[in-house]
Amino acid sequence: MLEFLLRFFGRETGSSKKVAKERLRLVLVHDRVGVSPHLLEALKEDLIKVISEYLEIDASGLEVSLSRENDTVALVANIPILRIKRTFKVGGEQSVTY
Amino acid sequence: MGEVIVITSGKGGVGKTTTTANLGTGLALLGKRVVMVDTDIGLRNLDVVLGLENRIVYDLVDVVEGRCRLKQALIKDKRLENLYLLPANQTRDKTAVTRHQMMDLCDQLKEDFDFVLIDCPAGIEMGFKNAIAGAEKAVVVTTPEVAAVRDADRIIGLLEAAEMEAPRLIINRVRPDMVRRGDMMDIDDMLEILAIDLLGVVPEDEMIVVSTNKGEPAILDKRSRAGQAYHNISRRLLGEEVPLLNLEGNEGIVAKLRKLFGLG
Repeated sequence: MLEFLLRFFGRETGSSKKVAKERLRLVLVHDRVGVSPHLLEALKEDLIKVISEYLEIDASGLEVSLSRENDTVALVANIPILRIKRTFKVGGEQSVTY
Repeated sequence: MGEVIVITSGKGGVGKTTTTANLGTGLALLGKRVVMVDTDIGLRNLDVVLGLENRIVYDLVDVVEGRCRLKQALIKDKRLENLYLLPANQTRDKTAVTRHQMMDLCDQLKEDFDFVLIDCPAGIEMGFKNAIAGAEKAVVVTTPEVAAVRDADRIIGLLEAAEMEAPRLIINRVRPDMVRRGDMMDIDDMLEILAIDLLGVVPEDEMIVVSTNKGEPAILDKRSRAGQAYHNISRRLLGEEVPLLNLEGNEGIVAKLRKLFGLG
């Protein structure tokens, strides 16, 4: 009865709009990638560029995708490493050897 | 040279046809020469919403296949001198016209009319591609529901990919009482999610059902709230700055009681 009165007078117990927004936000992360495959392709190319500074990787075997678990969306990259470089650049300037 | 505007949504049942009928009528009421094109081949509805179903002789497919001249297929509105309908064919399917045929058709129509409004079918397949082919501008219709907003987002992406001018949004069937108690997404929520410019907001209105029953667009009924919203949107299409309709104006008894108790 109390709940009915609260409802009647607009003191909402839980707002379903928040749930709707949250669900939409998650679903759209996936949808938007689907609409523009260019995004993942461009990201993949940049990833290769950056990672190649540190590791020798198999660029042809690189996989990038979005994975969704419960209420989060994660970027998952599967990158086969061929060799770890002995020398790498820090901040694109000096070389460090270890 | 007229403007070709496609009215689209992705999801079915959100009010594309009602919106097309009302905006077409609204623009004609404002003195523009308007033609509405129903591209929902096989599932035509714009004719019945406008109450013109008994006047159809030729249709869109007859025009593109050369069985009649364009002028012969245009149906003049019962009420307004400068409003016309080009109906869809009811026996064929979406493959009956091509993108190029639609582009040619739109080019011809805009020579003669100030506004060409294209009523797009639901979906993202051929019917959608045909409908947007000849259009320069797009209006996306959605309702404050997860499924409708999701589909609108997809459509916006496809319109961008087709290098169309940035589409504008109509939020249809808004219920202010539900928005107020947090059970319906509000205008800002939807604009934030879709990142698109707003063209207008149309409240849920029983008069829409009544007007569709009669085959008379709600915009012709001064008492209709949705009709007022469509009138405002028509003016915005002409470039006027019109403030959003005050959706609280037609509040029910519960809202009045709540105000009385200071809970509004």
